[in-house]
Amino acid sequence: MFATAVIVFREVLEAALLIGIVAAATRAVPGRNRWLAAGIAAGLLGACLVALGTNRIAEMASGIGQELFNATVLGIAVIMLAWHNLWMSSHGAALAADARNLGKAVNEGRRERSVVLVVTALAVLREGSETVLFLYGIAASEGGASMPMLVGGMAGVAAGGAAGYLLYAGLLRIPLRWFFTATSVLVLFLAAAMASQAARFLIQADVLPSLAAPLWDTSTWLPQTSLVGTLLHGLVGYEARPAGMQIVFYAVALAVIATGMKWVGKGASSSARRAAPS
Amino acid sequence: MAHLSHFAVTVLLATCLCAASLAKAADDEFRLVLQDHAFQPAELVVPAGKKIKLVVENRDATPEEFESHDLNREKVIAGKSTATIFIGPLKPGSYAFVGEHHEKTAKGVIVAK
Repeated sequence: MFATAVIVFREVLEAALLIGIVAAATRAVPGRNRWLAAGIAAGLLGACLVALGTNRIAEMASGIGQELFNATVLGIAVIMLAWHNLWMSSHGAALAADARNLGKAVNEGRRERSVVLVVTALAVLREGSETVLFLYGIAASEGGASMPMLVGGMAGVAAGGAAGYLLYAGLLRIPLRWFFTATSVLVLFLAAAMASQAARFLIQADVLPSLAAPLWDTSTWLPQTSLVGTLLHGLVGYEARPAGMQIVFYAVALAVIATGMKWVGKGASSSARRAAPS
Repeated sequence: MAHLSHFAVTVLLATCLCAASLAKAADDEFRLVLQDHAFQPAELVVPAGKKIKLVVENRDATPEEFESHDLNREKVIAGKSTATIFIGPLKPGSYAFVGEHHEKTAKGVIVAK
């Protein structure tokens, strides 16, 4: 039962951390909770469909369908997170300078809802489908041991969700002045981490060369299965044995999004200074 | 969502073509069988410094997740199905792997020589 809880917790944690960060980062978006809930519901439904279609997805593209599917899902999430950060850079300065501007920025932020919806749905879809398959396997296997294991699975889901909520609640305590910078940096690293994961799937599918596998090995210092390693993996994409190509993807995503934010932010902060009554 | 799935299909197709042309390069192929939640063979010797095509056949009815932190790989394998995982080129050494859903019984090691 405990082992089951741990496995499910590991699967759920990544999605929960992402949702916690996205929820905090979009605190100013009206009706955000509804969009968040819709994203989770759509993600769960999608997870069940993906779990049902595992075989068919896997057989696509001569056996590498699963990797291509995962890489595509991750790729879309990276683009959505990057878009969110660019939007934040153009409005965050105004938001931080004067909370009263919130309403104005929010009206322009309707498209942010689709980010909340899609990113949440994709995160739940990806991690959820593996959890659904795992729990299905338990339920389908013979023997009376399945009930306590299902309870363990539920406990894992609850623990993962709690971790996401704790992160969210913690982020909300950051003073407004630094809040948007803090969440933008977190989202930036999330996007880079997902780009690196997408690269890993493409290497596994033999679509991309690994360049160096691994580029480094820190598994004796900080194993990825340890609690700190797991958290760092979920937050900034830490890996104990990354391939060279993953680091290329990570660095390029980081550089491109950060440059875009700076570029968009420059124009926005000067216009915000003109607009803000001080 | 319609245009998203359309986009996904296009990306998939484009990557397929790319993958198909790459797949022509002959890889060393090795086979693992998963039965009663255990891998056979539990120790697989492969050449070091070469890309390896690992074919894993899951003969159990339940899905399994092939996972190896040493190899930096994870792949879900549905019940009664076969999956392909590319690994390497590996440095000489041993690399542990497990079936994450049955870690107690489903474990093995790949030895690169």
